[in-house]
Amino acid sequence: MSGASSDTAGYYRRMQAAVEELLILKGIVTPEEVQRQVDAMDARNYKRGASMVARAWCDSAFKARMLANGSAAAEELGLEVGPLKLIVVENTPGIHNVIVCTLCSCYPRMLLGIPPEWYKSRAYRSRVVREPRAVLAEFGTRLPEDVDIRVHDSTADMRYMVLPLRPRGTDGWNEERLAALVTRDSLIGVARLPDLG
Amino acid sequence: MRAAESVPARFRVGDRVRVRRADPPGHLRTPWYCRGHVGTIERLCGAFANPEELAYNRPGLPAQPLYRVRFKATDLWPDYREHARDVVEIEIFQHWLERAVE
Repeated sequence: MSGASSDTAGYYRRMQAAVEELLILKGIVTPEEVQRQVDAMDARNYKRGASMVARAWCDSAFKARMLANGSAAAEELGLEVGPLKLIVVENTPGIHNVIVCTLCSCYPRMLLGIPPEWYKSRAYRSRVVREPRAVLAEFGTRLPEDVDIRVHDSTADMRYMVLPLRPRGTDGWNEERLAALVTRDSLIGVARLPDLG
Repeated sequence: MRAAESVPARFRVGDRVRVRRADPPGHLRTPWYCRGHVGTIERLCGAFANPEELAYNRPGLPAQPLYRVRFKATDLWPDYREHARDVVEIEIFQHWLERAVE
């Protein structure tokens, strides 16, 4: 919760603390409920998304169901996704997908956890829709010349996750081993997964 | 949500639509950069309570159909310098869309 970035956002940090205190004073929430929610958020991280990706790489029927209905596929793996709808977008040899929310910072928290600071920055949100390759290059990601980009602006009730290309050289790997290769940034689409061997 | 509480969907996948160039006051979920631009319906996401009403603690019903609309990046940004085939997909509520006459 603390750290340099929240210290510099002093006004909002203080307002958030004031609202939290008021809600507790008025008996609308208890400190224990706030803590439980914080703990629940901290417990979720991108490994959930990685496990879905690994399953999809190993099971083409699951992959088809996941691309048709991301929320139902997550629930199939016992991952609670809540009321927001998950759309999984598939990278192919010719298409690379990137996720953003230009209006605020909508993010598939139910599968990826807390968003990184840069995802919420004005620079990322405003630039990735108009110069995506330049932004990806700053993440060290260079796409082959023949790959087109599809940027997904998460403006309303959907949440998005990228299904990255399975790295070459992983034939016969089990799901657990594959899931360990998947990075958070590859699920947002600012990175690709390197081929092995 | 009961069907009676949703506005019927007017558009189908592949339809060409133009985003209204409007600037009403309040809480809006339609990004400025796509207003006035023409795109193609990629999918119907379902019907959802209108966020412009929810923001004021009103029920937002009947629910509005929500679409994914695909825009060519070169249509959105006249000075776009990357690939001509790049696209941006945006969720847009039906009441912001009109049929494009081209």
